[in-house]
Amino acid sequence: MAYQIIVCGGLAPDPLQTLEPVTTPTGPGLKNELMLPNVFDPWAGHALYEAANLAKNQPGSTIKVVSLGPKAKLQQVMMTVAQKLPFELIALDGPGGGFTDAVSVSKALADAIAAIPGFDKSQALIFGGWESATRGAGVVMQMVGERLGITEQFLAVDELTVDPDGALVIKERVEGGKHQISKCAAAPAVLAWATGSLPEPPNHPQTGMANMRVMMPALQKAKPTALDPAAIAYAQVALPAVTRQTRIVKDVPAADIAAEIAAWIKQ
Amino acid sequence: MEKILVLLHTTDEGALPKAALETIAAAAVIGAYDLGVIGANAAAAAQSVSAGAAAVFAVEGEQFAQSRYATDAAAAEAIAKASGAAVIFATGTMRFNRALPGVACRLNGACETHIVAIEPDLKVHRWYYRQRMEATLSRAARPWILLLEPGAFESAPAAPGAAATPIAVTVETRTTVTGYHAPNADQQTIRPDAQLLLVAGAGWTKKQKDGATHTPEAAGLILNFVQKTQSSLGSSKSLVDLSGEGQSVLPFLSHLHQVGQTGSSPRHRKGLATCCHGEEPHVVGWRFINDRRAINLDAACGWSRGKADVLYVADSFEVMRELEKLL
Repeated sequence: MAYQIIVCGGLAPDPLQTLEPVTTPTGPGLKNELMLPNVFDPWAGHALYEAANLAKNQPGSTIKVVSLGPKAKLQQVMMTVAQKLPFELIALDGPGGGFTDAVSVSKALADAIAAIPGFDKSQALIFGGWESATRGAGVVMQMVGERLGITEQFLAVDELTVDPDGALVIKERVEGGKHQISKCAAAPAVLAWATGSLPEPPNHPQTGMANMRVMMPALQKAKPTALDPAAIAYAQVALPAVTRQTRIVKDVPAADIAAEIAAWIKQ
Repeated sequence: MEKILVLLHTTDEGALPKAALETIAAAAVIGAYDLGVIGANAAAAAQSVSAGAAAVFAVEGEQFAQSRYATDAAAAEAIAKASGAAVIFATGTMRFNRALPGVACRLNGACETHIVAIEPDLKVHRWYYRQRMEATLSRAARPWILLLEPGAFESAPAAPGAAATPIAVTVETRTTVTGYHAPNADQQTIRPDAQLLLVAGAGWTKKQKDGATHTPEAAGLILNFVQKTQSSLGSSKSLVDLSGEGQSVLPFLSHLHQVGQTGSSPRHRKGLATCCHGEEPHVVGWRFINDRRAINLDAACGWSRGKADVLYVADSFEVMRELEKLL
């Protein structure tokens, strides 16, 4: 079975960066946001790696990545992602921060997917992260699915296999460290991935070269995308008061530390 | 005051999850509310907690007993339309986190998840950038679905009341839930209701004082501790990644254990971090841990200092060996 795999994924600040909220004329943002190094959103990255694995095992399948973000940032990040696996980019040039409206984002992504030449919903698997590392809401994929009329949806997916009869067998995370196992008769479906089980693929320079040949024109053609800045009224965005008075216990025998911890556990 | 609907679901066994009573309590503080329940035994479950509700609705039947997007979304949509509520309070379980954002889209509304506080004027509090900053916000779009983070609100006592009005819903789906996969009870190391979270960092797999790694011993110490204290086990990303890359490290760890950036921020009363270094376990993974202690060889660890209540500057192997004798 050949699938049209569409991976929705945005950008996120490098996790090692210190983030500080600021107020801008268009609402809350991050201090030095344009200067912060970005990465492909980690959960969307897992979705992409799983997409590549599925495409490898299902001959004829294709991967397209739909990404919304400032064009310059998209170019910077995609140059890295493009080294790892073959895909085609559909770039949307617009705001990509966490304080943007998920409803508007879902509409932009769904419109972009529906407009893909040759898009066949009956073969479509819409992948993405189960939430982003920015907004962290976990709502966009479901809304994209609804807008595309796809009601077979799965959240926090860790595993997808395809049965010989074409049925999709999906493991989703549920409470208590368990997985729910479902069988979906066929595409189309929306799969919002958790971490999956695949490591990050190594860089492959030839793949990177081939990707960039088609990616640069796609970036140049990136459709300007406006989101609704008035959808959310932010009253406040603040860093939590995190500083605690840490008591340092040093040069104390391990047995004494263990006794103190044991007493603390039993409290 | 806008009309409120409290939307709940039952478990596979037909009971309400613990967080259901938290959702009811959060809504009751704001104002009068309708109640809707979806799932196995929904009508009886609704009646068991319906004392404060103005109207009560239920969608039940074999098709709705299972947690599945298509059926849950159709049922929630039907209850939302029957109630006509402008604001919908719902429990932030995986089942509703999956279904309700799509319902908001169907109803031309909006949805907020991971709500940790709600002000009387319906400003909600939630975290952004992986628990690094907290925002207070409101929306004009209606219906507005608010998924409340389990454990973040006080619980209400269960008070039975009026019987539920059943709503008939028909929906077609191509998905069948075939079962669950869970570790054996004696191998279970993720316990959401545990008092204590033990976080294991990558230091457990590094070379120790004698210049060798002691991974099997580390595995034994960690598992013994978790079993004896009935605590929940978390892990830093770096340690889980080592497992995923096929290295012979702690074999019982998976991405499900991961706390932090691409993991979870679990809620437990106490947290003990061992052999961790970095922001993820100490800040993001610990955001909702009240009482925090860390064992770390680095007294100057900037991520422990100011984040933990107590920092033990010691060798985790030595401390855990001693702890094993005491527990």
